[in-house]
Order: sequence, then structure tokens, then C-alpha cells
Amino acid sequence: MAEAQAQNIPSPVGESKPRIDARQKVTGSAVFADDIPHGNALLYARIKRSSRPHALIRRLDVNKARALPGVKAVVTGEDFPGYIGLYLQDRHIFCRDRVRYVGDPIAGVAATSEEIAEKALDLIEVEYEDLEPVFDPESGASDSSPLLHPELGQYAAANFIFPQAGTNISNHFRIRKGDADSAWDECAAVIERRYHVPHIQHVPIEPHVAAAQVDVTGEITLWCSSQSPFAQRNLIAQAMGIPQSRMRVIAPFVGGGFGGKAGVSMESLAVAIASKVKGRPVKLLATREEEFVTTFVRQGLVAYFKMGCDSDGHLLAMENRFYWDGGAYTEYGVNITRASGYSSSGPYEVPNVKADAYCVYTNHPVGGPMRGFGMPEMHAGLEQCIDELAQQIGMDAVEFRRINCLKTGSILVTGSQMHPTGLPQCIEKAAEAIEWGRKDPPSAPNKRRGKGLALMWKAPAMPPNAGSSAWVELSEDGMVNVGIGGQDLGQGVFTVAAQMAAGALGVPYESVRIATPVDTRYSPYEWQTVASRLTWSLGNAVVNAASDARRQILDIVAEAWEESPDDLDIVNGVVVSFRSEREIALKSLVIYGMPKPDDQGWRGGPIVGRGSFMPTYVTGLDPETGQGARAVVHYTTGAQAVEIEVDLETGRIDVLRGASAFDVGRAINPELVRAQMEGGFVQGMSSALFESLQLRDGVVRNPSFVDYRIATSADAPQELQTFIIEVPQEDGPWGARGIGEHSMVPTIAAIANAIYDAVGIRLDGPPFTAEKVYLAMLDAGIVQ
Amino acid sequence: MVVHSIEVTVNGEPRQIAIPPSMTLLRLLRESLALTGTKNGCAAGECGACTVLLNGEPVNSCMVLAVECDGAQIVTVEGLAQDSRLDPVQQAIIDAGGVQCGFCTPGILISSRALLDRNPEPSEEDIREALVGNLCRCTGYLRIIEAVRLAAQTY
Repeated sequence: MAEAQAQNIPSPVGESKPRIDARQKVTGSAVFADDIPHGNALLYARIKRSSRPHALIRRLDVNKARALPGVKAVVTGEDFPGYIGLYLQDRHIFCRDRVRYVGDPIAGVAATSEEIAEKALDLIEVEYEDLEPVFDPESGASDSSPLLHPELGQYAAANFIFPQAGTNISNHFRIRKGDADSAWDECAAVIERRYHVPHIQHVPIEPHVAAAQVDVTGEITLWCSSQSPFAQRNLIAQAMGIPQSRMRVIAPFVGGGFGGKAGVSMESLAVAIASKVKGRPVKLLATREEEFVTTFVRQGLVAYFKMGCDSDGHLLAMENRFYWDGGAYTEYGVNITRASGYSSSGPYEVPNVKADAYCVYTNHPVGGPMRGFGMPEMHAGLEQCIDELAQQIGMDAVEFRRINCLKTGSILVTGSQMHPTGLPQCIEKAAEAIEWGRKDPPSAPNKRRGKGLALMWKAPAMPPNAGSSAWVELSEDGMVNVGIGGQDLGQGVFTVAAQMAAGALGVPYESVRIATPVDTRYSPYEWQTVASRLTWSLGNAVVNAASDARRQILDIVAEAWEESPDDLDIVNGVVVSFRSEREIALKSLVIYGMPKPDDQGWRGGPIVGRGSFMPTYVTGLDPETGQGARAVVHYTTGAQAVEIEVDLETGRIDVLRGASAFDVGRAINPELVRAQMEGGFVQGMSSALFESLQLRDGVVRNPSFVDYRIATSADAPQELQTFIIEVPQEDGPWGARGIGEHSMVPTIAAIANAIYDAVGIRLDGPPFTAEKVYLAMLDAGIVQ
Repeated sequence: MVVHSIEVTVNGEPRQIAIPPSMTLLRLLRESLALTGTKNGCAAGECGACTVLLNGEPVNSCMVLAVECDGAQIVTVEGLAQDSRLDPVQQAIIDAGGVQCGFCTPGILISSRALLDRNPEPSEEDIREALVGNLCRCTGYLRIIEAVRLAAQTY
């Protein structure tokens, strides 16, 4: 085959291939965790939960529950003394002496039916001694606040997390860049604002579910809906006091995660209960109410911004303080706080920055990772302040952003340099798409129309050494099987991994399958499916594995043909020589090798390629100043713009159209990238307009779809344009970097800025419900 | 325990099943018949993941008692494809890129199919209205709406 011909073979990378899992998902054959049969021995678990926000457990009596026919086990905190937590080990599996939120697990029951298990919960007697609760992160951070975790100083923590013993502050991250204090005098305009972002929930349509079985030797198998099978193996094994290798996690398709199924939330409960009924599988399925309250929620935020610029519109200084409402346990939330600190300038070059981000324990549900990892909350206020500052000096808000936004080589808030970025192009695309600067008349006399734009940046927030691995093997028919430990939550990573393996190996996309379900016994290690890190990190591992397999194949063929591997290529599943023009199909050699001439033996053998990837260049940051050589692996940047209408009679906001532009480095599958931009936009819009966990005295008042509204098909905008900007990531596969979370980061601020443009009001935080908007218009005298 | 015997036709196949009176249609399908394509998202009739056709009408199967289904015709997502040929709504949702996590997909497909059965040429408003009871957290709905429009052209 000639070289010219080979180059005409299209690479699957960059093509919008159909999802690898689509057919299974449209026919009902895709298996989710609750679909796995466990046979007649299955027991059903239910959890007794705290009815108090903050109390000591004075008496806990489970005898009556234990005596109920059909109950096979009742477990309490007594049985499991170990601590658990990702970045800070501040939780027990079940509460021991103290409850810290309404919903905290106190005891677990396994019974032969859900009904019996539920009945047993009512027979568990708990006496509490109430303690003074903490519901506000700002006052909770003060020295005079009651303490939720007096033992904070003794908890094990990652070395980049800074708990403040003797307080409720489980992490304090500082930025001291330049000299913010003396920069204010040079500013022509200064804006100071306080914003509040309420708790929301991920609301995957599939609730959390975990089934666990512990065999007679104590080995654990856990089947669950999981973004993090390996992290669960690591953390749960530690908490249960067994080696990680004696725990196996099997993770089939995930029916939506958005961060809520990362780390460990309820999975350890199922394991703990199962350990008391050895040999029998025990299934725990979260009710929708438990999903809203007791898995993870998105942390609340109280944010103070102060920022100033000179008369030419150059940002000179920022001073930002973030009080994160971390909830009862902040084992994961402490790192959201850190991320908000090292991103605290927003996507701008600011010479003088002072920032303090506090993670604060409160008697609220447990805060955890959610799509955006603190960035939607932080940008919600920050990007409104940028608009206000521009207005104060009489500059167009887009022009102001053009001047100040991060460009390649900009000095970041942590002191390092920005890598190549397409943020300026993103701004242009979003502004142009929304016809920035043009004011169209409203669709009706009782409506007002407005446009808003916001930017974002976000880095994968993770330990510096979060790793990925992959393997590639082939079968007798030449089909390729790719092992990965990353999980498909709907984002499409199985499809993208198959495209990358195909591209790196030299086979058609259709020849690749992904070895699923992810099973920690057989699948290669992956830290977690979080942080929008898989296309980049797992992608590198897959490319390395495919390249390894390719090298093995070419070496065998080169030896057999007495040629150099450099003259060989794999094209469409066939090894070809550009020199001799010989060909051999992969299926003819990948299992049985190739015969030596004259029946004198064989060479080669079954091909298995291996690859791994771990960033090695992320450095620590100075704990006093937050400055360092390289805080993170990279930043994805982007812009969103919206056009909305406000109904003056009802306060209702209609999002007429939106535009999203993100620099993804390289789109491996452009349609999947666009799908992320669309889904993220609507989720962001939903959080902007509708969503809030209504917490009163620590109780979630709206834990159902009736009372907690999310966007429906009727709410999606009529028009949503998406723009893929590609400024390659130096160490990304084909230059790719992540896009999963970023698409919902700027949405709250873009809509808020559009509301201001339409009617001249700013609310102190989302959701911008019709009622709140109407009352604010009433206050401002816009309506009577 | 009291047990009722009912006859239902599920995806064209007549079945006789003994069930307790409190059993929902959703549990009948998932647990007694191992048809796990129909999903349980909220058990309260609010998310639409458990939507099936009951005598041709879309219902939330978590809100229907199985005993009420005696003599009924039921179609689940597993019954949409005929002889391994996908139904036009199934093909269209793949082509439009309207599948992400896939958990709401079975309910979406059933609701879409029901819409097209009663209204072969739906407007965009009709489509949005027909899907308003099927929550999707991944896609933002636009590609699903597009899929129904595509499917309408194929029927």
C-alpha cells in the first residue's frame, strides 16, 4: 500500500462517531447497578438517620429492631470505629457519639424485605442531647462558634489541606500576590459586593445504589453506581481495616453522577451492614429523599468580592473572601475550598490579589463535589462584579473582559504562567453569536429584554499525582479490547477512549470495544472519574497502551519480514510496509504470532499493550501566599452569553437563546463536546433560575421533585449555539483537555448580567425565581 | 400473604403472574419479569424514568398497581425494537446525540413513541409538552427534541 493512500485513511480522532454505548442504552439492555440480580439470598438495607442537626447520642437501643422476624443484622457506629474521607478523614461510617446533620446515619438494618427493614427502623430507640447548631458558615468560622469537630486537630489530612484546630475551619487557603492593600489608592473604580449561593443537589435521575457482599474470609465485593470504584476500594477498605486488595468494586453504567457519585457517600453503609451477614448480598437503594439530603449536596457559599481597576479599565487588585458552607463533614469539600482559592481571581490577570477561602463545618448536609467543583458558585458573584466595575468606568463589559482576560503567558493568581489558551477567541465567539451590543425589542409590551455574558476558568482539582492506566489486547478476529478504570457517566468517555485507541493503534473505531463494567479486580487503575480529567489523563494512558501494543506488533512483523519497524504502519487493522508493500491483517498475528520460515518455530505471541499516565510536574504552594511553580495541570477556559426576557407582570425569566464557547484543546469527538456544552448550559440555567435546597434549622424542606424543580423540556432555550475553540494542550492526547464541568460554570453570572441589562436589578444570589425577581423589581420601583 | 393472579401481555407476550396486591407495575416488570430497562428514579411518579405504555397510553409504572393491569397490554423499552430493528425513535435519538447517561432514555423513548402514535406530525411545542414529565439531567433536552422531530419524519 502506498503512503499517499495510507494518509487518506481518516483518523477516528476528531470525528463525531456515534456513542459506543448508544444501542445498549436505547434498547434497555444497558445494565445499571440496580439492574444486577443478586438471587434469593439478597437482603434489603435501610438506614436509621438522625432527626437532630447537632446532638450527642445519649442512648441507642437496637434490641427491638434486632428481634423483629426477618431482620438479619442491625449495625451501629459501635461496630465500626474507623475514619473515612478523601482529603480529610473526618467521618465514621455510622455516627458514634455525635450526630451533625439531620440525616446523619446512626444505624443500619438488613432484612429479608424492604418493608421489614423499614419497620425495624421505627423500633430503634435514640435519645439525644441537643447541642447548639451552626447553620451559617460566616459565624461558624468565628472563634466563638460552637464546635462540630473538637477532634479536628487529630484528623489525618492531605498535605495541601490546612485544618484550623479548635475552630470549625477545616481548610483555610490563602492567596497573597503582590500588595492588594496598597493597590486600592491607585484604582479609579472599586466595587465591593457580597453574594450568597445556596446549596443545591446533583439530581442524577438514577439514585445512589450499592449492593455489598462479604465472604467468609472477609473479602468484600461492592456493586454500585460509582464515579470512583478505585477510590471507594481504597477508602472503604481502610475504614473497614482490610487491605485494599481484599476489596473488589464492580461499577456498571452510571445513570448520571455530576460529582455526587464520586468519593464515598453511602456505599460504605452497605459494606458495613454486609460485613455482619457474611455470605449474603445486601442492597441499599437511596430513596429520592435520601438522594436529596444524605448523599452529597453542592456546598453553599457566602462570597465577598472587592475589586478595582484604573481609568483605562485594567484590573489592579482583588480582595476576595469565601466562606464555604461545608456541612457536617468536609472530607471532600476541603479541596473545593482550595480550588476556589487558587482560582480566586477568575480568568483574569490581576497583579495584586488577596484571597481567603474557608471551608466551614455547619450542621447542614454533607457538601461534596458537584460539576464545576466550586467554580459555578464562585464565578456567580465574581463575573457580576466584573460587569459592575466595567459599568463604573463607563466601559463595555465585553471590552473590559478582552482587556483583562487571561492570555497565553499571563501571570496567574498563584504566580505561575498561563499555558496557551483560547479564552480571547471564546469571548469573541460568544459575543458575536448573541449579537452583543444590539438591543432587540421585547416580544410583548409587558416584557423587557437583556443580554449578559460571563467567562470562566477551571482546572482539574485533584491530588498532584492522580493517575490513570489502560491496557489494550486483541482477539482472534482482530477486534481490540481496551481496559480502562474510568467510568462513563453519560459524558461519553468510553466512546472517546475507543476513538483514541483506534487512532493510536491504527484500526477503525468500529473495531474497538471497551471492557466493561469497570471492575477493580480486572480493570486498570483510575483515580476517579471527576475533575473533567479523563479525556486528558485516561486518554494519555489509552494512547500509551495502544502505542505499546502497536510497537509489539510492528516489532514482530518487522522481524518476520526482515524490515525496519520504521517502514511499517498499521492502517485500518492491517500492517503494511511502505518499503516492500507487503500486508498482513492484525487478526493473523495478534494471538498466535507469526511462523518462522520452513516450520522452524514461531515469533511473537498474544499482544497486550499497557499504558499509564500521571502528571509529575504539579508543585506545592506556599501555605501563607498560595504562590508556587505550578498549582494545577491546566485550565480550561470559556465564555457564555445569553439573551433573556423578564416578564414584568410575573418576574418570570425566559432564556431565549444562549451561546457557549470553550477552549477544549482538541475535540476528540466534536458532537460529544457540543453535547457537554448544551447539557451543562441547561444544568447551569436550572441552577440559576430554579434550584435551591431550602434549609430551615438544618432540615431540607423540599427533598422531592415536586418541591425541588429542575429544568424540563419546556425550559430549555429555543436556541443554543456552541463553539469549539482548539488551542492544544501541550500534554493532552492530540492536544485535548476537559470540558465536562466547565459548561455550567459561567451560566448563573451570564443570566444575572442579562437580568441587570433587562431591568436594572441585581439579586444577592440565585435562584432567580419569578417571585424573587418580581419582588426585587417592586423594591426598585420598576413595577408597581 | 394474599396473592393475586393476573394476565398481562408484555411486549406482545401473554404472561400469567402471581403478585402481592401492593406490587407496582414497575416492580412487576423489573423484579418478576426481569425487564430492567424500565427505570426507577423517584418511585413517586415525578421523574418519568419508569414510563411504559399501558394499553397504548404512557403511564408512570411506579404509580400503577400491578393488579390494575389484569388483561392489559404493556409495552416497555425492550418492546420497541422489532426483530432487532430499532424503532425510528430509538434510531433518531442515537442519530441526534440525545443519549448521555441513558437512565432517562427508556422513559423518553416511550413518551416519544406515544406522542408520535397519537400525533405523527408534532410541532416543537407538542414535543416539549409531551416530554415535560420526563426529567433528563444530562442533555439539556435539545437533542432529544430534535430526535423526536427526526423520528416523525421517518414514521
